[in-house]
Amino acid sequence: MRWLLIGIIVAATTVGEVLQAAGMRRHGEIRDFRPGAIGRALAVLARNRFVIAAVAAMAVSFFAYLALLTISELSFAVPATAVTYVLETVLAKYVLKEHVNWLRWVGASLVICGVALVSL
Amino acid sequence: MTHEHERLRIKTWIFAVVVVSSNVFGNFFLKLGMPPTLATPLDYITVLFHPWVALGVLLLIVWLMSRMALLSWADLSYVLPVTSVGYVLVAVVGKFLLNEQITMKRWSGIGLIVAGVALVSGGSVPQTAHPQPNAARPGQ
Repeated sequence: MRWLLIGIIVAATTVGEVLQAAGMRRHGEIRDFRPGAIGRALAVLARNRFVIAAVAAMAVSFFAYLALLTISELSFAVPATAVTYVLETVLAKYVLKEHVNWLRWVGASLVICGVALVSL
Repeated sequence: MTHEHERLRIKTWIFAVVVVSSNVFGNFFLKLGMPPTLATPLDYITVLFHPWVALGVLLLIVWLMSRMALLSWADLSYVLPVTSVGYVLVAVVGKFLLNEQITMKRWSGIGLIVAGVALVSGGSVPQTAHPQPNAARPGQ
């Protein structure tokens, strides 16, 4: 059961965060942080298909995570979900067309090993 | 261009701090308020009205919005490792607020995360992929 939940969390988180990044990149840099401007930006984002799909995927991930927390410890949940870093960095390069230089690859790999060590 | 990079870097750091702290404390309060079991689908809704869980959810909404703002200018492959410093914060909060032991294994993990974050944040600018030409049209 918990591996099924991990699978759902990893898939939904990866899809959700890549869609979120794609949607926000399409929207463009947010520069105005006055309350009215934030409200207007949210109204625009609420009609952004990428953002809508991202929020749906992240809601699936959130409720699966709640379910996982009731049957296992954080020290199991956290390292098992760290695999999303690998998947998302690969998708950032090939789907979002980011320039992932070797420093970013090395940095992401160090982070994954570190997360595993911290939480295992 | 240097000014532009500097402006983005400072803005990125401010938002990274908000993203990391809202995530760490959001998850902390969520775990604090979670009951041992969620038996029925209705329990998943009613648990959201538990005070600690509600505070956790509120902080996670702050997390979601600040992360979306950060991703509007910074690369995902930059944001991911840089915001992972939250794992370090969790361990440090555990040590100083909850008096947990930090083992040698955990310290080496913290060291690796910090090294990874330093490499990514020091070794590249936050933004490499260029926005679409028609991206920032106001009122779109």
